[in-house]
Amino acid sequence: MLTETKKKMDWIEVGDIGDIPSLGARIVNTAQGNIAVFRNASDEIFAVLDRCPHKGGPLSQGIVHGRSVTCPLHNWVLGLDDGMAKAPDEGCVKTYPVKVEGNIIFLMI
Amino acid sequence: MKEKLVLIGNGMAGVRTLEELLKIDPDKYAVTVFGAEPYGNYNRILLSPVLAGEKTINDIMLNDEQWYTDNGITLHKGKQIVDIDRRGRKVFASDGTTADYDRLIIATGSNPFIIPVPGHDLPGVVSFRDIQDVDTMMAASKQFKNAVVIGGGLLGLEAANGLMQQGMDVTVVHLQATLMERQLDPEAGRMLQKSLEDRGMKFRMSANTEAILGNDKVCAVSFQDGSEIPADIVVMAVGIRPNIELAKKVGIYCERGIVVDDTMLTYDPRVYAVGECVQHRGQAYGLVAPLFEQARVCANHLAQLGYSRYLGSVTSTKLKVTGIDLFSAGDFVGDDTTENIIMKDAARGVYKKIVLKDNKIQGAVLYGDTVDGAWYFQLLRDYTDISDFRDHLMFGQSHLGDSGHGGQNAAAAMSDNMEVCGCNGVCKGDIVSAITKKGLFTLDEVRAHTKASSSCGSCTGLVEQILASTLGGDYSEAPAVKPMCKCTDYPHDEVIKSIKTKKLTSIRAVMDYMEWKTPDGCASCRPALNYYVIANWPSEAQDDPQSRFINERAHANIQKDGTYSVVPRMWGGLTNPKELRAIADVVDKFNIPEVKVTGGQRIDLFGVKKEQLPAVWADLNEAGMVSGHAYGKALRTVKTCVGSSWCRFGTQDSTGLGVKLEEMSWGSWMPHKFKMAVSGCPRNCAEATIKDFGVVCVDSGYELHVGGNGGIKVRATDLLCKVASEEEVLEYSAAFIQLYREQAHYLERTAPWLERVGLTYVKQHIVDDADYRKALAARFSESQKYVQKDPWAERAIDGAEAHEFKPLKQVI
Repeated sequence: MLTETKKKMDWIEVGDIGDIPSLGARIVNTAQGNIAVFRNASDEIFAVLDRCPHKGGPLSQGIVHGRSVTCPLHNWVLGLDDGMAKAPDEGCVKTYPVKVEGNIIFLMI
Repeated sequence: MKEKLVLIGNGMAGVRTLEELLKIDPDKYAVTVFGAEPYGNYNRILLSPVLAGEKTINDIMLNDEQWYTDNGITLHKGKQIVDIDRRGRKVFASDGTTADYDRLIIATGSNPFIIPVPGHDLPGVVSFRDIQDVDTMMAASKQFKNAVVIGGGLLGLEAANGLMQQGMDVTVVHLQATLMERQLDPEAGRMLQKSLEDRGMKFRMSANTEAILGNDKVCAVSFQDGSEIPADIVVMAVGIRPNIELAKKVGIYCERGIVVDDTMLTYDPRVYAVGECVQHRGQAYGLVAPLFEQARVCANHLAQLGYSRYLGSVTSTKLKVTGIDLFSAGDFVGDDTTENIIMKDAARGVYKKIVLKDNKIQGAVLYGDTVDGAWYFQLLRDYTDISDFRDHLMFGQSHLGDSGHGGQNAAAAMSDNMEVCGCNGVCKGDIVSAITKKGLFTLDEVRAHTKASSSCGSCTGLVEQILASTLGGDYSEAPAVKPMCKCTDYPHDEVIKSIKTKKLTSIRAVMDYMEWKTPDGCASCRPALNYYVIANWPSEAQDDPQSRFINERAHANIQKDGTYSVVPRMWGGLTNPKELRAIADVVDKFNIPEVKVTGGQRIDLFGVKKEQLPAVWADLNEAGMVSGHAYGKALRTVKTCVGSSWCRFGTQDSTGLGVKLEEMSWGSWMPHKFKMAVSGCPRNCAEATIKDFGVVCVDSGYELHVGGNGGIKVRATDLLCKVASEEEVLEYSAAFIQLYREQAHYLERTAPWLERVGLTYVKQHIVDDADYRKALAARFSESQKYVQKDPWAERAIDGAEAHEFKPLKQVI
């Protein structure tokens, strides 16, 4: 039987790069909430909590550009690599470590 | 140990200095404040609205006691400083309180000037300077009838207006022949007097007060010509004098005011002075904007940054009497070397005078229409040469023609670096960026974030206009003025032209050809480019879902909680039992929390989860319903009235025509949302004259109306023409839609577009030139072939874009 007492972080396979459209995002449902997994034009993969620090907007639904996403609710722009809101807005969103082996994406959650 | 800073005078200038200091160096000083009045810091310039009953004392408090506590400032209220030991660096209050200082700020403000006529010290004679004066006047207004205000300047008129609002019979006594002679020329002064007389205010002009009469309290005022008027209260508002009593007593050098240099330092190097008590380069200021500039400079030096200089201020004036618009700035009298441009429309109550010297503005007086005051003031301060637009100057900035957004309103035409709030030095650009970046929606939010319109409040209207013009459509930023966005230097028109002439059929091709500055654009330019390539090359361009706002990608409207709303199309507003049953069933089956009838005669289902969308659509498709495109920059609804089939007034089949219009144009992408309506008679129950394209049926045919808008700024349509048959209605509307689709900027509604290109232009292409009209209609019809596929069915039945609606993985 598994015990739920220890919650250690681990690399978890979430899917193939091809499952996410270029300049798009998909979400991973987890116990800690939805995590948005982004793919940019250079095929870099990023993972952040799917909650804009401003009013909780789903960042996975935003428009992706460079290494940023624009929140669909009020146009806050957040850095996907560092989770920081672009000035003059202030705030940050939790980011998650990502690795890609072959075309398979792993998140540390 | 922190250094000790003492502030004498708990008013606007002094406390603003502390605020500026806290911003740049909050930990440098231990601060102590002495205020003679028993209140916290309040907004003295808003005493007039308090007297007029438009605001309360609480509304005008700037810093409550909590603010002092929160910032570790010791506040001594109701304690007047009576002496300073400059050698021992200590101040003494009347009650014996003392405080040591390393640096001292004197901000003792000014005193009202009381004319020393006999009786000036009788009870019932007051000045208009502080809360106590306001209390006295308000108490008097409840008991007595007759008020006399001595002084027809800014302050006197505001006091007189306030007392009149409180129900008193008010006479203003003025030594000069016209009112506000320091701010207005005689012409404007007379117009002001006339409009105040119309409100019931009385005047004694060119009147020399001889005495104030009364035994134990005032009862009348007498003049040199021997006449007398009754008075239960007399307000002296003839001017203010810098309050330099204390400074003089302790030997700090004073002339008319406490003399300071460009760093706001007095002749004592440990003592600064700011505000109305100060004389700088021979000038004393009694308006709020200069005081705040002085506060910034003073704080800069207190923090020992040492680079800021106060160079004096050019001031402008507005009168805070509700309903009277008045603006003046600079030298508005002129002399032999200046020229005047004057416009006067007495019936409309408008007077404008601009004083020019060598084609530069020296000064301006505006009465009745002050919308362009900020613009003239900017030209004045920038020494702009106005010869290029001298012939338009008098008509304001919106008549210049290159303001990008064709006279939408004054705020939209202002450039970003123009000052809106003169009190706090806030420019339009600051406000716009706060609104868009911070998601502000109300005046109060803008005040909280930018301080604009939080002091005297006279720019409130302008700030509201900026809010309206900035928020514009649904989620979008206001249409950009010059470059499309920060990713390019090219404006919309250049981009559209290149897409057309160079046959650019993808976003990538546009970005490469026009050398975009960012690798893949931003959330502002990508949706625009996607629209432009599709609209211009309907058969070749590939739609890019990742460059669409989420609503158009998910084919539903995102709501604040991340759920979506679903609106099926109801052709011309018609529905039937089968559709209504299907909607009811869907609501039950998916536990949809809210159902609402929209303004466009359809039904909106709120709170649908994204994963549920394809299944919801499948059920609606089953009953024959398709997407209503309520989420898109696209054709929205065609609203209709019941028309000739039922209505006893109906002249034509408006419902049937509405259905035909909707069948022709549904599915088309547009620069912005597009709404139509058809009314069956001139009673216009479908409100066709505030739609992008509206039809009003008459007995002899159909009136076609274009460019209307409800929403933030209402615009009634312009009449395009009248036609005789339904076929013509369809052809003209297709041509109008296509002209708009080809020429408007992305996110530009038909109303501002029409104002930009002009109705004549549209008439030339659609009404006068039948060939051009037919070609436009044909191009619209061609492009419709590629888009009239129900996007819901494509996703719900054919499984398109499946990744959009499913999580990548569940890890629970």
